[in-house]
Amino acid sequence: MSIVLKCHPGIGPTVTGTALVAPDNFSARYDLDRLKGTFSRPAHRLYGQSYHDKILVLVTAKGGVASAWMLREMKERGIVPKAIVFDRTNTILAQGAAFAELTLVDRFEAGDPTRLFQSGDELMIEPALGRVTILNRT
Amino acid sequence: MRLGEEERAMLAGELGSARQWAIKHQIAVGDFFDAPEFVRVGQAHIMADTESLGPSGVAWLEALAALPSAERRVLVPTITDPRGLDFASYKRLKQTETMADLEARTIAAFEALGVLMTNTCINYQTILPPVLGEHMAFGDTGVVIYCNSVMGARSNFEGGPSALAAGLTGRTPRYGYHLDEHRGGSKHFAVGWRPRDLADWGALGGIVGRACNSYWEVPVLSGLETPPNSDELKHFGAALASFGSVALFHIPGITPEAPTLKAAFAGRPSPAAVPIAAEDIAQFYASYAGNGDKVDVVVFAAPQLSLLEMAQVARLLKDRRIHADTSLIVATSPEIKFAADRLRLTQTIEQAGGIVAAGVCFYQSYAREMAEANGWQRLLTNSAKLVNIIGGYGYRPSLASMERCIDSAVAGRVV
Repeated sequence: MSIVLKCHPGIGPTVTGTALVAPDNFSARYDLDRLKGTFSRPAHRLYGQSYHDKILVLVTAKGGVASAWMLREMKERGIVPKAIVFDRTNTILAQGAAFAELTLVDRFEAGDPTRLFQSGDELMIEPALGRVTILNRT
Repeated sequence: MRLGEEERAMLAGELGSARQWAIKHQIAVGDFFDAPEFVRVGQAHIMADTESLGPSGVAWLEALAALPSAERRVLVPTITDPRGLDFASYKRLKQTETMADLEARTIAAFEALGVLMTNTCINYQTILPPVLGEHMAFGDTGVVIYCNSVMGARSNFEGGPSALAAGLTGRTPRYGYHLDEHRGGSKHFAVGWRPRDLADWGALGGIVGRACNSYWEVPVLSGLETPPNSDELKHFGAALASFGSVALFHIPGITPEAPTLKAAFAGRPSPAAVPIAAEDIAQFYASYAGNGDKVDVVVFAAPQLSLLEMAQVARLLKDRRIHADTSLIVATSPEIKFAADRLRLTQTIEQAGGIVAAGVCFYQSYAREMAEANGWQRLLTNSAKLVNIIGGYGYRPSLASMERCIDSAVAGRVV
């Protein structure tokens, strides 16, 4: 029996992928080397790790408005997370996800998703239903 | 979302494909944040530097710009944040012709959309400041937090595509800081120490921002009884927004929606205050120390400098010479640059060996590529916002007062 968690209805298509989880925040401009596809800010808990094709599970969105353009640009170049899951996003990442048609959800009924999910979890995110399923844990 | 007649017409494509894209995008965002309806805005302000846009974003803008004039032009005054490069100084900064070409294409596309290329993140000091209660669709987090907090305007952080959408529709979804329910204070900080200069104000913003760590928190600062000036609040707000993603603050007795502490919390009881002391500021500086290190580049930017800051830089550099192994860059708005030229401030700064760039703001200017091309690592600045951002671009940032920054630029090492 898979674990199913409810969240606020989100943005983007249904996706399945592997979670990369950290109790840290996210900004495409501040935190990423978008050419290499890695976290590049030394103080970030995911420093040095690849974000490509991962479902990022983080606390909140930080920093400037550039992320709104950058998500689409990252998607066009094919080096992009599969989805982003926040405890609670700011407006920029929601706007950027809508522009890029990238999957994004937040506001979980059970609380902070960085405590609900673990790196390596296989997740199915269904934004329209406000539902995330952990496929490889019972 | 409830839609009016004109909004339904836009959605149906009756006002052209640009406005149809714009309102669809806004409805997707509005639904995500449970917005009940749209609200008309006085201005839109677009962050769209070419590093963020990338070639695909520029091509997307050009496709909009190729639409018939009546379909593509913005409906409300729409202005721009700093650009990716300044055509007058990009060669000295070793930015490339490819970057310049992309920049020229972006400007042409925005002009075709009817956007005014103001290229500034200090529009509230230089273009047309909003007034109390005015709804806006502003990009640049520093612009939003200043206008919300110091002027009592109402805007969310609007990313580039959303700000452009607001320009094309003349409205934005009514959610977040457009609503009274989000504007009351949620955290309380008691400042037991008076910041001495702009770097200190930025450091204070950084400390409060780290403690808030959410777009949805509204900090209230007590203990600041003498009004800070516009540049001080500019650095404080920019750092608070950068470190904490915060979009609104109140200072009782100083900012317009907080005549009293009680009003700052919208009549709710004030939470226990978190004290901020001089030691906290010292610790903040220590986390960006670099004493004795060779300094590669000194930057005054983020936000762009006001005319008074330009005058201060010029005064401190007068009759001095920047070290041969150190670069010094000052970024300001085009309007302030004209004034600085007229008042011979630019001349004083450049005679000392500095570069005055107009319409850009360092970190939005291909910072990683500039570091590689110029061999820059150690960066010194009086902007707390910049030290927060620039580490991700491979720099080793240090924070110091403007005076120490300039003394270090002359010495060639952090003094």
